[in-house]
Amino acid sequence: MKRTNKMRTGAAFSAIALASSALLVLSGCSSSGSSEVKMLDKLGENEGAVSILAWPGYVEDGSTDPAVDWVTPFEEETGCKVTTKVFGTSDEAFSLMKTGEYDVVSASGDASLRLVAAGEVAPVNTDLIPNYEGIFDFLKMREWNSVDGVSYGVPHGYGANLLQYRTDIVTPAPTSWSAVFEKDSPYKGKVTAYDSPIYIADAALYLMKTKPELEITNPYALDEKQLAAAVELLKEQRVNIGEYWSDYLKQAQAFTSGDSVVGTSWQVIAGMLQGEGAPVEAILPEEGATGWSDTWMVSSKAQHPNCAYAWLNYIASPEANATATEYFGEAPSNQAACDFRSEGSCEAYHAGDAEYAKQIWYWTTPIAECVDGRTDVKCTDYAQWTTAWSEIKG
Amino acid sequence: MPRPRGTAARKGSVFLSSHPRVRLALLIAAPLFWLGVVYIIALVLLLVTAFWSVDSFTGEINQTLTFDNIITVITGALYQTVTLRTVGIALAVTVIDVAIALPIAFFMAKVANNRTRRLLVIAVLMPLWASYLVKAYAWRSVLSSEGILEWMLAPIGGHTPGYGVTATIITLSYLWLPYVILPIFAGFDRVPDSMLEASSDLGGKTWRTLRLVVLPLVWPAIIAGTIFSFSLSLGDYITVNIVGGASQMLGNLVYTNVGAANNLPLAAAIALIPIVIIFGYLALVRRTGALDNL
Repeated sequence: MKRTNKMRTGAAFSAIALASSALLVLSGCSSSGSSEVKMLDKLGENEGAVSILAWPGYVEDGSTDPAVDWVTPFEEETGCKVTTKVFGTSDEAFSLMKTGEYDVVSASGDASLRLVAAGEVAPVNTDLIPNYEGIFDFLKMREWNSVDGVSYGVPHGYGANLLQYRTDIVTPAPTSWSAVFEKDSPYKGKVTAYDSPIYIADAALYLMKTKPELEITNPYALDEKQLAAAVELLKEQRVNIGEYWSDYLKQAQAFTSGDSVVGTSWQVIAGMLQGEGAPVEAILPEEGATGWSDTWMVSSKAQHPNCAYAWLNYIASPEANATATEYFGEAPSNQAACDFRSEGSCEAYHAGDAEYAKQIWYWTTPIAECVDGRTDVKCTDYAQWTTAWSEIKG
Repeated sequence: MPRPRGTAARKGSVFLSSHPRVRLALLIAAPLFWLGVVYIIALVLLLVTAFWSVDSFTGEINQTLTFDNIITVITGALYQTVTLRTVGIALAVTVIDVAIALPIAFFMAKVANNRTRRLLVIAVLMPLWASYLVKAYAWRSVLSSEGILEWMLAPIGGHTPGYGVTATIITLSYLWLPYVILPIFAGFDRVPDSMLEASSDLGGKTWRTLRLVVLPLVWPAIIAGTIFSFSLSLGDYITVNIVGGASQMLGNLVYTNVGAANNLPLAAAIALIPIVIIFGYLALVRRTGALDNL
């Protein structure tokens, strides 16, 4: 018995020694320098393959549902065989892109700037993408898809984080985010909020309208003091929260059962619940709302740049854009796409309604260099937001 | 019978039979390699990562030695609260599971006849056939404010606890119960009936027999059961996501730091907390001999 013990320890030691030597080798290998990334100036022959990293529901080849397929027409048209990998969160997308194995990624605003900064994506020459022309102007060259006047991708679809409530329980009908932020909420324990650090921007947006003395001009550009105010508001909200949601089916179920009665939601969830006959309404409150606008970006290490551009052009075409955004449940980025969407669906998502779109503050990665243009102060970055978010949840 | 010739195989076996250490080395090389590569290296990598830091913007890992993460995790109020909550949940789950498992296991091992015992073993194992997620979501609907629990308790003035820490404890207790019943059942099964008879022959009453004869014999088995429920609860983060409302456990912090924050070093530092706790617990129970019962 004693003897085996001794042997085990010896073996463990040698294994650890082995491990540490392996580590040394590994650390010696890894090096990275993000040199200046060039953009493509002319297209060549398609490479016959393209590898795409996307949100679930953005690249459907009929394997989920045989009727839902906009990849096969692309493959037939261009000869580029598509391989897809889906991701669940922006952060997962970011880590996967760092492997350099993907040519194209559908990045939300809370990932795009990080990808640019890390040198993982290349500027996109929009002249090589004929369908870029048809994209809504209010989505082009924004702070989440361009840097210093250089475009980094093609807008895909957009939507707002709406205020959803149970019409039979929440009365009078709310018109403001105060419904989820007021201290003595009558709906204590039944308020819900989106479970991500980016939700801090929702609180900042509310403060921007209700506490002008904080001088918040952009909910994604918060200095230390402004972040502290938002965190304080969210900590007050925390006592009223029943649960935080990130899985949209779970959110739908909580609203059906009445475990959540008021909180942030998406148009697609509200539409689904109303379709089931649940007494649910979703509104864009008077303060406006946060939202997302996703961008197709090209990897700086793309092995199939021509097929990547072919995909960007294809997915921005009215027909493909309509199918993909309708399937996902968001507004298309292209006016002509509305001709290909089912009756009334563009109106439901307020597609192309510039007034409506103006009230949406699209997800943007918070970075130290304030995105609102302030230079006299350092803003809080996403890592700080993440720490703050963990503390809010407690 | 022809005399075996001096083939290579024969030479090899002669060599091995006269060199026991070489024989042993060859025998254990494969399992050791497996254990080393899959288990130890993963753990060592984790440990080492905890001493690195991450560039918050580009997300690159900076491999210079720093104790910042460890200090943050030890001193941060957030991590202390969540650690306490997690340990509290794990302890509560363990106590509940043992309390439920003891009578069931005793009945299965000592009272039930062979047929009933077989049926009971199947009944205990049955929930393991369903997916973990299905069971957790089933509890989500049971505990909902319009769920079956509310419906059952409302007439007697009770209410469902709703989503939160209590719901998490209930769900985890349900999930890990089979893992606690089985070792305790095996422990009771090993207690010879003759000992119970001897005890009663010597005048031992039921409780005295249980306390002085049965309990000392099944104690290691109980400890073995608690290791399962305690360590499984300590690392869980999915159940609390489904029925925990707004609460979070250590696993959630690890998950957010790997996923949302892309801060692997901090996640590794947090992951060390349950490892330390479990090692402490194992060191404590090692004396009881429970580890031989797993």
